[in-house]
Amino acid sequence: MTTYLLRRLLLMLPVALLVTIGVFMLIHLSPGDPALIILGEDRSPAAIAQVHEQLGLDKPLYVQYFIWLDNIVHGDWGRSVTTHEPVAVAITDRLPATLELGIVALLWSLIVAIPLGTIAAVRRGSLSDQIATGITIAGVSIPNFFIGIVLIFTLSVTLRLFPFGGYVPLTTDPLQSLRHVMLPAIALGTAGAAINMRFTRSSMIEVLNHDYIRTARAKGASWRRVVFVHALKNALIPVVTIVGLQIGGIIEGAVVTETVFTWPGVGRLAVESIFNRDYTVIQGIVLLAAFSYMIANLLVDLVYGWLDPRISYA
Amino acid sequence: MSNAPAIVAAQEPIRRTPVALVDLLRTHRRVTAATALVGMLFLVALLAPVISPHDPLATSPDNSYLPPLSPGHLLGSDELGRDLLSRVLWGARVSLPVAFVAVAVGLFGGGLIGLVSGYAGGLVDLLLMRLMDALLAFPGLILAIAIVAALGPGLRNAMIAIGVVAVPVYARLVRAVMLQLKQMEFVVATRSLGANPLRLIIGHFIPNLLNPVIVQVSLSAGFAILAEATLSFLGLGAQLPTPDWGQMISAGSAFLTNDPWLAIVPGAAISITVYSFNLLGDSLRDALDPRLRS
Amino acid sequence: MTHLLELENVQTHIALKHGLIRAVDQVSLTVDAGETLGIVGESGSGKSMTALSIMRLLPRASRIAGGRIRFKGRDLADLSEEEMESIRGTEIAMIFQDPMTSLNPVYRVGWQVGEPLRIHRHMDKQASIEAAVDLFKKVGIPDAKRRVSQFPHMFSGGMRQRTMIAMGLSTGPSLLIADEPTTALDVTIQAQILELLRTLNRDYGTATILITHNLGVVAGMCDRVIVMYAGRVVEEGSTEDVFVHPEHPYTWSLLRSIPRLDASEHESLKPIVGSPPDMTQLPGGCKFQPRCPFAIERCAADEPELREVRSQLARCWVTQAGQSLDSNAG
Repeated sequence: MTTYLLRRLLLMLPVALLVTIGVFMLIHLSPGDPALIILGEDRSPAAIAQVHEQLGLDKPLYVQYFIWLDNIVHGDWGRSVTTHEPVAVAITDRLPATLELGIVALLWSLIVAIPLGTIAAVRRGSLSDQIATGITIAGVSIPNFFIGIVLIFTLSVTLRLFPFGGYVPLTTDPLQSLRHVMLPAIALGTAGAAINMRFTRSSMIEVLNHDYIRTARAKGASWRRVVFVHALKNALIPVVTIVGLQIGGIIEGAVVTETVFTWPGVGRLAVESIFNRDYTVIQGIVLLAAFSYMIANLLVDLVYGWLDPRISYA
Repeated sequence: MSNAPAIVAAQEPIRRTPVALVDLLRTHRRVTAATALVGMLFLVALLAPVISPHDPLATSPDNSYLPPLSPGHLLGSDELGRDLLSRVLWGARVSLPVAFVAVAVGLFGGGLIGLVSGYAGGLVDLLLMRLMDALLAFPGLILAIAIVAALGPGLRNAMIAIGVVAVPVYARLVRAVMLQLKQMEFVVATRSLGANPLRLIIGHFIPNLLNPVIVQVSLSAGFAILAEATLSFLGLGAQLPTPDWGQMISAGSAFLTNDPWLAIVPGAAISITVYSFNLLGDSLRDALDPRLRS
Repeated sequence: MTHLLELENVQTHIALKHGLIRAVDQVSLTVDAGETLGIVGESGSGKSMTALSIMRLLPRASRIAGGRIRFKGRDLADLSEEEMESIRGTEIAMIFQDPMTSLNPVYRVGWQVGEPLRIHRHMDKQASIEAAVDLFKKVGIPDAKRRVSQFPHMFSGGMRQRTMIAMGLSTGPSLLIADEPTTALDVTIQAQILELLRTLNRDYGTATILITHNLGVVAGMCDRVIVMYAGRVVEEGSTEDVFVHPEHPYTWSLLRSIPRLDASEHESLKPIVGSPPDMTQLPGGCKFQPRCPFAIERCAADEPELREVRSQLARCWVTQAGQSLDSNAG
């Protein structure tokens, strides 16, 4: 197992390197002196010179890259152009809010997706299956920010069932925290629910076609037992894959939802930073998003191997 | 999201022409329905200047916030008195072209990379695919946002950004087909005779490529429209006063209590459009896959 | 005397887009307690579908369209699904052709073998696994205690089939249906499995239906044999009678097509002419007629009934008329 892990990490290295180069180049893609971009308003020649020295902008590009990379590895992710606080701090301050949103959204999507996907698979071809499939495609077609807006309008403004926005940390007050995160989580989780349902359904259909299902029936197992004991465990193994990837993509999903619900998370920070031309923050967030995705990919493979007894990494 | 490759595993190279679209339309209801929907959308986009009752940019402060079914304004008007129906219809002229340019960028850019990578093999293949992996390491929206952040907000940059996101998908798809063909016995045989199988491969390449690409393009189009709407919603895509659905939702969300239609109508428009493309891609995938077996 | 199992004119249909397949067409058979019945036929002859009909485990789009299936006097078609579930795995057990895919890959083998005991005898998990250890010993799986906690992929094909047999016998069924139990196995293992089935039949008195396309298997194991073709029974009798003097051309052709060790070098093989019938487009008259070396004019026109011919039942105009199929004709 460890050799497999090491091998995978080794293979990831060139990709990770390319990712860092890409992120590094972000600032340099825009026309103009990066120093001006970073400085924003205070453009006195002295300030410009200082930034040039700090970032080594007078040095060749690849040297700059290594300086930057070295800083990143040592935890110095730069400072925000606007607030001057360390990027790492800005991100970690907002990460819990995003994580809570993402995880609740994921849980919501699974609570909806797995039962519905299973039912659709068992009743394959029936009307309820076709309706479910139609809803699924609709679910991935409706922009999640739109769902968010509709939810806000109906549940929050009109019916006053849920509060609009406002983040309460989980540690402060769990119940209120959940109440506040519910709407954005539903908005965020709906597309995921549709995808997961689709996937659960197709996975379940495939599993139900296997011979061991017939064996279980021949043993006198009821359909309920066959589906929930024999089939589900097999069918959910591939589902773990996409769930893992969704965890890795939490920041991506959060961007829009946090904007709609003014949720104080990393996603909203990203959008604000774009408008503020706060490149260092954008770099930090993009880097974090990319790396979480890559690591999620790796973890998913490992978990898959652990779940399926046939796979051995020896 | 449906940005995943739709690679269909063909067992032998297809020598005949791919299943004619007419046959598909005849035998698969979902494909027909989806094609009809997509067709209508194109018509709307094409005919918007003709069928819109008003100029989408014309403001009329006296007529602001009109509710739907007001005289002259079937769907009402927005905060500046612009006709909502006209703006929504014209919105198709923004979203659809953007989506298609983006998909085209992905298809041709990625396709070229995949072709070269698959045919050349070896170090070239290795390097190119690592590059594609690096692109894929970024969650799609994040990558698009990063590119737009670097290049500056605007429709043109949004198109480029979404196109770049699509590149690795097509690169992988085309490469997979190329690899399949390279391994086919007739190619190996030709090679062993010392001849260059390139012409042979090209001849078989397009037919084998057509089916997965058609499916992928449909799905990519849906994804691209959603991505464009998202970028515009965030203010990174279409800028005022261009009538763009995503941007209209953003603007309209401020007036939810007064006039919810301002946000709901464009939202419905996006949903229907993306749904049509997703349905098309989905039904095409189902329709084309089993046929290849027979 | 009541038979243990009695099929009376069973009809099973499969609905396809372009037609109906009579997979099991007017099939009647009986099995008595402790008896071994062989069902022989090509792929698509309806032998598996007959077994699945008995178990009421038919695949989608197929259903029993007529006839009676009586087990211990009760008509199985009348039973509710729950009642049927209480018969499957307890009174009637079935094992299938491909042991490699017939076991659930994510559960341990002992857990799976003990499952019928947990379902039907309400044993707890621990007791069921201990029972599994005993069963493993009975079916000849060595190192039973260690093996029960392994996953199926660690077992060889022969061991998996033994596992299936253990699973089937766990509740002491009166009838065991084995659908091509050895087809997917190596030849040496085949013999072992058949030997095992024979021993179990002898020691526990479990009636066995053995479905196969291999006549050799039938010869070694079965008291009686039924030959099926195109969904119909074409011959039925004791194994010895059927093998020594087959009364249906299909059976005759099958026997003749077995390569013989004592044949001369230059003797060519004698396969059955033609190919298995297309079940959606069966010819009128006798279904075997297109491939039959004995066919007379009547065969293409009328379909024969199953009637007594000497000591067997046979569905053939030629033999019913008294002609004998000797080894030199055709």
